[in-house]
Amino acid sequence: MRFRAKIVDLACLNHFSRVINTIARLAKTCTLRLTASKLYFILCDKVANGGVSMWCELSQGNFFDEFQMEGIAAEHNEIYLELVPEYLSRALKTAQNAKAVKIKLTNRHCPCLRVAVELPSLSSSGRIVTHDIPVGVIPRRLWNDFREPSVPDFDVSIYLPALKTMKSVVERMKNLSNSIVIEANLSGEMNLKIETDLVSVTTHFKDLGNPPWASGDESQSPAQDRDPESMAEACVDIRKLQQLLAGQQVNPTKALCNIVSKRIVHFILLHEDVSLQYFIPALA
Amino acid sequence: LSRVGDELYLEPTDSGLSLRAVNSSRSAFASFLFAPLFFQRYETGGPQPLRCKVPMKSFLGVFRSLPSLEKTVSKCLILLQPRCNRLVLQLRCKYGVTKTHNLAFRECERLQAVFDTQSCASTLCAPARVLAEAVVHFPQTLAEVTLGTGPGGRISLRNYVEDDAEPRKTMVTELWLAEEEFQSLAVAPGSQITFCLKEFRGLLSFAEASNLPLVIHFDAPGRPVVFTLDDAIVEVHLVLATLSDPLSDPQPPRANGNVSHLPTPPDDFPDDLESYMATVETEEGPGVLPPSPTFPQRTPHPALGDPQQEEQDGEKEEEGAVPGTPPPKKFRSLFFGSVLTPGGPSPAPSQEVLAEDSDSD
Repeated sequence: MRFRAKIVDLACLNHFSRVINTIARLAKTCTLRLTASKLYFILCDKVANGGVSMWCELSQGNFFDEFQMEGIAAEHNEIYLELVPEYLSRALKTAQNAKAVKIKLTNRHCPCLRVAVELPSLSSSGRIVTHDIPVGVIPRRLWNDFREPSVPDFDVSIYLPALKTMKSVVERMKNLSNSIVIEANLSGEMNLKIETDLVSVTTHFKDLGNPPWASGDESQSPAQDRDPESMAEACVDIRKLQQLLAGQQVNPTKALCNIVSKRIVHFILLHEDVSLQYFIPALA
Repeated sequence: LSRVGDELYLEPTDSGLSLRAVNSSRSAFASFLFAPLFFQRYETGGPQPLRCKVPMKSFLGVFRSLPSLEKTVSKCLILLQPRCNRLVLQLRCKYGVTKTHNLAFRECERLQAVFDTQSCASTLCAPARVLAEAVVHFPQTLAEVTLGTGPGGRISLRNYVEDDAEPRKTMVTELWLAEEEFQSLAVAPGSQITFCLKEFRGLLSFAEASNLPLVIHFDAPGRPVVFTLDDAIVEVHLVLATLSDPLSDPQPPRANGNVSHLPTPPDDFPDDLESYMATVETEEGPGVLPPSPTFPQRTPHPALGDPQQEEQDGEKEEEGAVPGTPPPKKFRSLFFGSVLTPGGPSPAPSQEVLAEDSDSD
């Protein structure tokens, strides 16, 4: 089992760092899945995570100048690692003007991801900083726990308003309440509501647009039967929503959410080369 | 100085005004000597030099806002009035405004750490900028860092991981500096010392601001490390205790896969996980790690002794771990003061102190 990768381009490094920063804000520990062509950051919906789950997918070719991996076995050419993304974020933080960053899976006294940063310096041999990030290798028998979540049978799918706006609204609401209701309909309207004993606040968004979902075999757009004005809603933990919004450092190309009434809200944030899906379950 | 201790010791001498501080556990000492040249006027009155100390906060309070001070203050007068027990700091500002601060002081004995840079086995000198750039890769919250020498004259800085921290859960960061980055390098090969980062960072920012090269003198683990800055108008010393290593064997660790802080060029290490995977597949991975010779056990080993006690101290050091070694947590408080343990226990009477002072606190 081997993994080696290298980033030389500063823009790619910067971009990769931003992705890692976002992941670090969403999960304390997560699973990194490596395949020959992609990297995935996965968080399963365990009770310990508060029921949220995350699936983030990157194409390695968009970030790495070199990328070689050999999985556990020929027919299972993948590697699953458990790691703390905050460490990776820290390692990359001071590497922003590096000449090169190499990442390698090693096993000296325990499995680690070694991030070696070659820094510019006046000396001929350069300055090298290495960060050994301990990782856990996840055995093959547990890989089934980390399958890609399927898009739920949602009631409403809607594009999100400008994330910056949404973020500042949610941040202020966070001071007033622990839970927030997200509701939306198929006419492009979305409301964010909080309600406490003392106060209730609602922010209304209009003209957001509803994404068209190609209806496959399992009709994923029950939109035909649904009253376009009727709202689907879910009440979620406001901190989870705030974490998701706070972690976004770049405006996504597409941002939308799927609401399964009273069950779960599924967020999809798409950038050019990164896709992030985040599931927040409704509060009981 | 405020990063070192809570009290500022002032000692006017013929060679200048000396400002000093020591931390509560006597494991860090700093002194700044400003030559008379630094001042517009410098007079030491009376035959007996007056030594005093003031609370750091009070002194700093006078100079609170540096940018506004630079704009408004034209002169600063420092006057020590023994008869009134006052340290007067007078700021003469624009528009005829004069601010006078009277600080109460306490007389004290000379605060002097005993150290001898000549006897240190290793010395290196680097521009402050290089060291500051090196230190930036370590998190602000990191307590201790290990400085080591490697092959090819390279110098390494590594975050120190505590014994009781789980090695499988701790990130280890290591930085290498090549010989050319240093203005001078005369080091004993294979040596390394571990010291507290907080005070060192404080000195680094001063050094960077004054654009002075920093000289580091160090010796064996346990012996103090001395940082100096020197130019015509100011001479700075920072003395820090270092962690001692009871394993007297200075040889590089055995090459059996244990953490090798002695350098191998970064690319050259095994990445074979096949055997590891075989173990993991059948059951949860290997449990206990073999004890690593590179993480020394802690012994309460303060750096310096009183001059009179030096003979005895030498013997004590050879004994190795002092009997009744306090458990690691307690030791922490002895070395690194109140930063890490709230109001840690005071040093045991048998502890060697950095510098004795006669006033009982």
